Amino acid sequence: MKALLRGAITLLVLVAGWQALVWATGLPRYLLPGPLAVADAMQRQAPLLLTHGLTTLAEILIGLVAGVALGGVSALLLARFRTARRWLMPLLLVSQAIPVFALAPLLVLWLGYGMASKIAMAVLVIYFPVTTALFDGLRRTDPGWLDLARTMGASPAAILWSIRLPAALPAFWSGVRVAAAVAPIGAVIGEWVGSSSGLGYLMLHANARMQIDLLFAAVLVLGLFAVSLYAAVDALARRALPWQPDTQPAEDANP
Amino acid sequence: MTPLSVTISRARLTYGGTLLFSDLTLELPAGRTTCLLGPSGVGKTTLLRILAGLAEPEPPTEVVTGDRQPLAGRIAYMAQQDLLLPWLTVLDNVLLGDRLRHRRPDPARVEQARALLDRVGLTGRERDRPAALSGGQKQRVALARTLMEDKPLVLMDEPFSALDAITRLRLQETAAETLAGRTVLMVTHDPLEALRIGDRLHVMTGRPAVMGPALEPSGPVPRRVDDPDLLAHQAELLRRLAE
Repeated sequence: MKALLRGAITLLVLVAGWQALVWATGLPRYLLPGPLAVADAMQRQAPLLLTHGLTTLAEILIGLVAGVALGGVSALLLARFRTARRWLMPLLLVSQAIPVFALAPLLVLWLGYGMASKIAMAVLVIYFPVTTALFDGLRRTDPGWLDLARTMGASPAAILWSIRLPAALPAFWSGVRVAAAVAPIGAVIGEWVGSSSGLGYLMLHANARMQIDLLFAAVLVLGLFAVSLYAAVDALARRALPWQPDTQPAEDANP
Repeated sequence: MTPLSVTISRARLTYGGTLLFSDLTLELPAGRTTCLLGPSGVGKTTLLRILAGLAEPEPPTEVVTGDRQPLAGRIAYMAQQDLLLPWLTVLDNVLLGDRLRHRRPDPARVEQARALLDRVGLTGRERDRPAALSGGQKQRVALARTLMEDKPLVLMDEPFSALDAITRLRLQETAAETLAGRTVLMVTHDPLEALRIGDRLHVMTGRPAVMGPALEPSGPVPRRVDDPDLLAHQAELLRRLAE
């Protein structure tokens, strides 16, 4: 509760600073709208923001689920099969070496203006952090556990499934947290390049029509999505790892 | 299960170009607890790992069992760390071997695991996670897991060395009681520990290392800490270790 209050106060100070800047500089509304103007736009354009917001949210969520699934399966294959490591590892590195944003126009060309190209974009952005996080986790199993499993006559598949994978879950969830933070970026970039709906599309239009207050409102909605998504994933991760102690100093979390 | 005798002979080990030992012999008589003492780096853990199938034996090392069958799949291993899986309950940790061998733990096995937890003094802790246990309790679970495997040869690599003195003494008693009648090899740094629960004690020293003659303390295990015989033997062992 206290943490929430602190967050609210920080937010209030930032908003007040923003309003003060607008008053002090006297910048016109089409360059820097004040928080009140943005709130007004948010209220007036609520149905519009909601429709476009839902499109973007769907792209983010589908992209997140698909990207995490794909990354998870890739990491398991890499950990389990030497052949997979030899053939997929270079591909994985290349997938990150090519700036995925440069691929956005191509994806739109191939997959069309609809949601598919944005989901593909989000998946591409998410894939690498999830795969590397889980693969790293799978490679760092306590050697003692592996020794024990071998003396118990466990097959490599059983060791992967019953020991290496659960042991790698904390690393995996770190990857998912990063994925949750970058997924909205992927979706919005996709929308910028070519789309007929979504918050990115709305931003471009508002910008072109000098509706900067609407642009700001769209950014705020997107920020809200990103923060909620991260919080949800974080809560999920804690629930999924009840045996993982949080060694962050206690006074940090709850003074 | 009839106890199994195991002999490792003509054992040779080189590490980074240095000869640690060659032509070494270690006999593990059936149904007895053999303790192997020696300073760090002498190669005693490697001997144990060869028996456990965790290290490749260097030629001409030979492992021969009393029934001439291979040793693979017939050992239970207990390490210095408890090696409990933190995401499993105490009961599931004891049943880990079954899980890893894709065997559904039937009610009889679960009952057996519960009985073993009773025997090591952890009644009622089945559903706890390892994080809720003390270091000594965790090692007790590890002991129960080792016994659950029910294998002819039990290999223990300094199993109690990470525990405090009192906890260690209590666990030695539990181990001696529960392991009675099995063939056990225990590697340890601690002469007192070896004297409390070992039937036969070997000291391995030098470079290249040689296996000292077996010391066989009298009396049933676990022996009392203040047994005068034991104390005399301890002095003797310390002397041999310092050689």
